[in-house]
Amino acid sequence: MAHSNDENMHSHDGDHGHSHDHTEPPPELELKVKALESLLVEKGLVNPDALNAIIDNYEHKVGPQNGAIVVAKAWVDASFKEALLADATAAVSELGYFGRQGEHLRVVENTDETHNLVVCTLCSCYPWTVLGLPPTWYKSAPYRARAVSEPRQVLAEFGTSLPGSTKVRVWDSTSEMRYLVMPQQPAGTQHWSEERLRCLVTRNSMIGVELAKSADAASEQDQC
Amino acid sequence: MKGGHDLGGRQGLGPISPVPEAEEPVFHTDWERRVFAMTLATGMLGQWNIDESRFARESQHPADYLRNSYYENWLVGIQNLLVKKGLLTEGELAAACMITDGAEELRVPNSEEAIKILGTGGPTLMPSDGEPEFSVGDAVRAKKIHTKGHSRLPTYVQGSVGEIEENYGCHVYPDKNSAGERSGEFLYRVRFSSASLWGSSEDNSEVLIDLWQPYLENVE
Repeated sequence: MAHSNDENMHSHDGDHGHSHDHTEPPPELELKVKALESLLVEKGLVNPDALNAIIDNYEHKVGPQNGAIVVAKAWVDASFKEALLADATAAVSELGYFGRQGEHLRVVENTDETHNLVVCTLCSCYPWTVLGLPPTWYKSAPYRARAVSEPRQVLAEFGTSLPGSTKVRVWDSTSEMRYLVMPQQPAGTQHWSEERLRCLVTRNSMIGVELAKSADAASEQDQC
Repeated sequence: MKGGHDLGGRQGLGPISPVPEAEEPVFHTDWERRVFAMTLATGMLGQWNIDESRFARESQHPADYLRNSYYENWLVGIQNLLVKKGLLTEGELAAACMITDGAEELRVPNSEEAIKILGTGGPTLMPSDGEPEFSVGDAVRAKKIHTKGHSRLPTYVQGSVGEIEENYGCHVYPDKNSAGERSGEFLYRVRFSSASLWGSSEDNSEVLIDLWQPYLENVE
């Protein structure tokens, strides 16, 4: 929608990229959304219970904890990893993860030779079944513009530096195929349990902008 | 269409400025929650598909698309579709109250049905009734397609030469699906070197893009 009111324009006059979603929403917008919902309910076009169930599903049930379970299992279980790389849709379905925005899933493995990074330049395609809804930066114009044309600078903005000899493969999700990155298992965690390994597998490492947490970093944060 | 959404390779948009992962909520405000849920719930009425939904957001003026936050663009999308499909009128949106009766023949999912629909998804693989034109390893050029309709062929690959890495089979073709015609075309993963896209190969990177057969041509 085109905004003509000053209320909303204050967040657009900076000279740097910025995330619109962290500014206070204009009252006009909140009212407009409330009015639309009332209208849809009044006309019988949506069921309010269904709206709440949809929100609850993506706020509390589907999220990157699912992907972390998948990746940690692949790290400790060679036959699962093989099945996952051959047919990720089927392999994660067996763990209970199937549905909207995960109908055709591929898992791509990071190695010393190859690092994978996922983007959707045209919108915000993302593997909901294993990662939940995408973060704001993933949907932002700068990420969508730059991930394909200057991936190493993008990685650097996330604090990720790779050897020049490592090829960066950038996956632009233009179709209904959905891509999940399997990060490398950090050094010194070979004896860890699958449950403990899960906390090394961050959302960002499964998009490919970061590596999995190191054993030291996880210990320092006392999370594993 | 080459709208404000077609962002691959655009410059001048600034840094990415990610919020630390542990600090970012799924939704930042309550109105985002509501727009998200209304988009999914109205989509379940079966009056439009995902490509029509994308096209409704892309069809805005590029300045509006870029100025709006993500869920503002979603709000624009459902408002446009609700009016276009005759479920709401412009007058009702403006007045924020019901003027004409709702469509009684529509099946409106309750919460259990909505969750079931989310868990079923909408696979796009279709039976194929022909042979694929390209094979793995073939050099192909992404065509220049200057359509005003919906397309999933980004501008930044048009005219560049890449290599077929995999044939994903026959999938629903967005260009026709966005106009309400569900038909399949072969979908390929095509690898483009950074040199072919950007004229430089210094950074040792490549881009993999999923492209439907009508987007591609043989390289002589």
